[in-house]
Amino acid sequence: MTHLSFLVQVKLRRSSVPIHQYIPNSNPQSKNEMLKEIGVKSAEDLFADIPERMRFGKKLKLSDPKSEYEVRRHVEATLCKNRTCSELVSFLGAGCWPHYVPAVCDEINSRSEFLTAYAGDPYSDLGRYQALFEFQSMIGELVAMDVVSFPWYDWGSVLGDAARMALMVTQRREILVPRTISPDRLALLRTYLDGQAEIRLINSDSGSGQLNLADLRSKISSKTAAVYVENPTYLGFIETGVEEVAQVAHSEGALFMVGVEPLSLGILTAPGDYGADIVCGEGQPLGLHMYYGGALLGFLACRDEEQLVSSVPHRLITITKTQEKGEWGFTYVLPKRTMFAAREKAKSITGTATALWAITAAVYLSLLGPQGMRELAQVIMEKSHYAMKLLSEIKGLKVPLFDAPHFEEFTVNFDATGKSVQEINMVLLKFGILGGKDLSREFPELGETSLFCVTEVHSKADIEKLAAALREAVQ
Amino acid sequence: MRHEESTGYHAVIWREPIIFQLGKEGRRGYRVPQTEEEIKTSIGDVVSRIPGKMRRKAPPKLPELSEPEVVRHYIRLSQQTYGVDSGIHMHGTCTMKYSPKINDALARSPKVADIHPLQDIETVQGILEIFYGLQKWLCELSGMDEFSLQPRGGAHAVFSNAQIIKAYHKLNRELEQRTEIITTVLSHPCNGGAPGAAGFKVVTLYPDEETGYPDIEALKAAISKHTAGLMMTDPYDTGVFDPNILEYIKIVHEAGGLVAIDQANANSVLTRLRIGDLGADLCHFNLHKSFSTPHGSTGPGSAAIGAKKELAEFLPVPIVKHDGKNYYLDYDRPHTIGRVGEFYGVVPNIVRAYAWIMTMGAEGLQEVSEVAVINNNYLIRKLLEVRGVSLPWYKAHPFRLQEGRFSLQKLKEDTGIGIAEVNRRMIDYGLQDMETSHEPWIVPEPFTPEPPETISKEDLDKFVDVLHKITHEAYTNPEIIKTAPHNAAISKIDHTPSADSSKWAMTWRAHLKKMGGNKM
Repeated sequence: MTHLSFLVQVKLRRSSVPIHQYIPNSNPQSKNEMLKEIGVKSAEDLFADIPERMRFGKKLKLSDPKSEYEVRRHVEATLCKNRTCSELVSFLGAGCWPHYVPAVCDEINSRSEFLTAYAGDPYSDLGRYQALFEFQSMIGELVAMDVVSFPWYDWGSVLGDAARMALMVTQRREILVPRTISPDRLALLRTYLDGQAEIRLINSDSGSGQLNLADLRSKISSKTAAVYVENPTYLGFIETGVEEVAQVAHSEGALFMVGVEPLSLGILTAPGDYGADIVCGEGQPLGLHMYYGGALLGFLACRDEEQLVSSVPHRLITITKTQEKGEWGFTYVLPKRTMFAAREKAKSITGTATALWAITAAVYLSLLGPQGMRELAQVIMEKSHYAMKLLSEIKGLKVPLFDAPHFEEFTVNFDATGKSVQEINMVLLKFGILGGKDLSREFPELGETSLFCVTEVHSKADIEKLAAALREAVQ
Repeated sequence: MRHEESTGYHAVIWREPIIFQLGKEGRRGYRVPQTEEEIKTSIGDVVSRIPGKMRRKAPPKLPELSEPEVVRHYIRLSQQTYGVDSGIHMHGTCTMKYSPKINDALARSPKVADIHPLQDIETVQGILEIFYGLQKWLCELSGMDEFSLQPRGGAHAVFSNAQIIKAYHKLNRELEQRTEIITTVLSHPCNGGAPGAAGFKVVTLYPDEETGYPDIEALKAAISKHTAGLMMTDPYDTGVFDPNILEYIKIVHEAGGLVAIDQANANSVLTRLRIGDLGADLCHFNLHKSFSTPHGSTGPGSAAIGAKKELAEFLPVPIVKHDGKNYYLDYDRPHTIGRVGEFYGVVPNIVRAYAWIMTMGAEGLQEVSEVAVINNNYLIRKLLEVRGVSLPWYKAHPFRLQEGRFSLQKLKEDTGIGIAEVNRRMIDYGLQDMETSHEPWIVPEPFTPEPPETISKEDLDKFVDVLHKITHEAYTNPEIIKTAPHNAAISKIDHTPSADSSKWAMTWRAHLKKMGGNKM
């Protein structure tokens, strides 16, 4: 440091002017020049709009400014109190699933252009539009539907808006959902439909867990706007009678809505091929880390019919041409129908949602390709079925509770062991294992039951470690 | 070949194909972790357990590319995207401030990325501490008593607040009568859209011609036994602070309604004004605006709603609490509106906002507000020197807070060039285009640049200089603007598919069907 610049620093420190590293014009020279141009003596004059009596005159109870080093040290020390799913072995899923995230996904969503862009036109943000169109297109292939929208906050919020679409299209006020639906998603659906529609639950067969068609037939009527099913279900098994459900729904003039976990579509028939009118789901498995449930990605697809398209309460990008041959352009479909233009007439809730995660999902799907998706789904099934097999050999456990094909999650019942899921999970944690989700409060009729998730990230050794620990835990 | 004009800028032109046009059959960009042989032997063919009609006949028709091809494609698309880090980006009402890199690094830590939302509470004390700290700081900044970090964006937060207003009147058995939410047209559109979605009838107040905000008498006229509440933005997107707010709150409270103030424009008033102290019952902040988290190409954002003590029991569940020893997730709120999102919030952005407030401290936040307002008023002085530009309500409000909503009406009348054309031409000069205005356009031919505290004086000067150049062109050579952009990645877009169902294609498969294989 030269002598002169040292003096300048000392002088600035003495005048206690905060010069902030993120704020270019916090240096006195720039500030003074600008104030002079504006024609005021002090910045305070610029707040003239706020009457004195409304201003907060005291000092806020926040800490003093900190350096990057201090902040890093503090936040890292705080975060160190977390124990991650790599430090432990986790078998938790239930709406946020453990899958490997290829490094390319993190690389692309860390690109500062994607990370810090917002809402420019395609002229300035061509790449953002194209990546989002590609996201729409790849989800379209997965679910076999021609229309896919901008991404939503999460599966629950997209389900809420899908149900609202059904109300709008059919002008009816009742939604039928299976009793096996995720209780949190059901709670979210209730929030979204509060005061707008009635939600009725359809029973399941006790042995197979499958949606009970007789119960569906007895409850559906000309008041029903939509019938919704999830595949795989929240409890992990596959609904196999969905074609019949579609027929029943359509014969009453109701829409058929399907919620999906996308990786299962590497191996399961796409809902567009069994009669779905609207498909929704959770894209977190497509290249997004779990982030404590904080990186979710709802997606919505529907048939390409004007009435359905015009009821989608969120943005839709279409591909188009430009004046030049060889160029792709993009534009919004029916932009006047969204909240941004129609305000209360749009009745919508979703604005800034999850585009960065959608771009990530597009990257993930293009890395895997058709064969990768097929293979991954099979590997997941093999590992989860191996876990089911090992666990079912443990005395006192019933694995799974439902006699149906499963994908990556399955139920484990502990009733015969005399132990609660909570007690079992406490023992597992001592072995460094995060056991399945405790379902005993959400589904009391299932007794002491837990929902386990096994995917490609679990090795044979992990699964065997779980089985060994469970043997100890049930003793 | 387009006729590029020398502006000193040209966007990257890749003419990048749609990813479905790239690659070759049989390629792949990812090797799936394999199942151990012993497992395969042990369980046999699991796929056959799926009944035939539920087994997918052909794999999804995804693109087939190797890893380097995928990387190149998306790197190129990123290069054709204009972020805050790319250049002058002042999309108004969005507070496009710089997002510090250290916060990205912290948010991406495996200690955040690799934890599951249902882990035993004792294994996630670190992240809960960060939730709790941020909740407390937002209370301090707003004068509210409790905060929820559940909402995923601004509109989602306003919806949550509308649900709280609904739940409150329901509990008091007045919901059947109280069916109306009052808002102001200069408030963000979600202040109408979200209460509409919650089932309310929305009554919209318009600004007075002289003051730029509604007359108190207009509010009084809108108030009735049907009033459930007032939901509005303050300061407005015009950069005007509505000083009647104290009076509004009093009037609405006397009528038995609640008041929720949208604080998405809080950047300019941080540390200087606390909406809770003025009597608002509910409010929300956008972490992706005032609190520096990146906008992510339109999300994930993150928002937070604040409530006074009397309404805290209605907040969505769960909320992070501390029992003196441990942090925990509190679901015990008998009158909660329930869930508004799955799990707990946009966690990476919660970490970023926490780190940002910690870096800034009270002193830094005051500097944020001061410099943002200096920047804006400097920009206003300079823009008013540009031919054809005016600032409505200038006489009543020569000084503005976070931004100003300008008009190019004079330019349009003189030259036929309006904001749509000017915006296309901005790109030619290497600037991000400008926010016009939410609809309806109260200001004709509007533009709304918001210079947050993180933009330099030199960039503001450059921005003004470009507008001088463009308006000069409008008066002397309008053709060059009408045919713009010339230096962008693409030329003028054909918007007809936007409203034509025979042409629109939201997916590549729909495109192929509609164009009959004609790919271009």
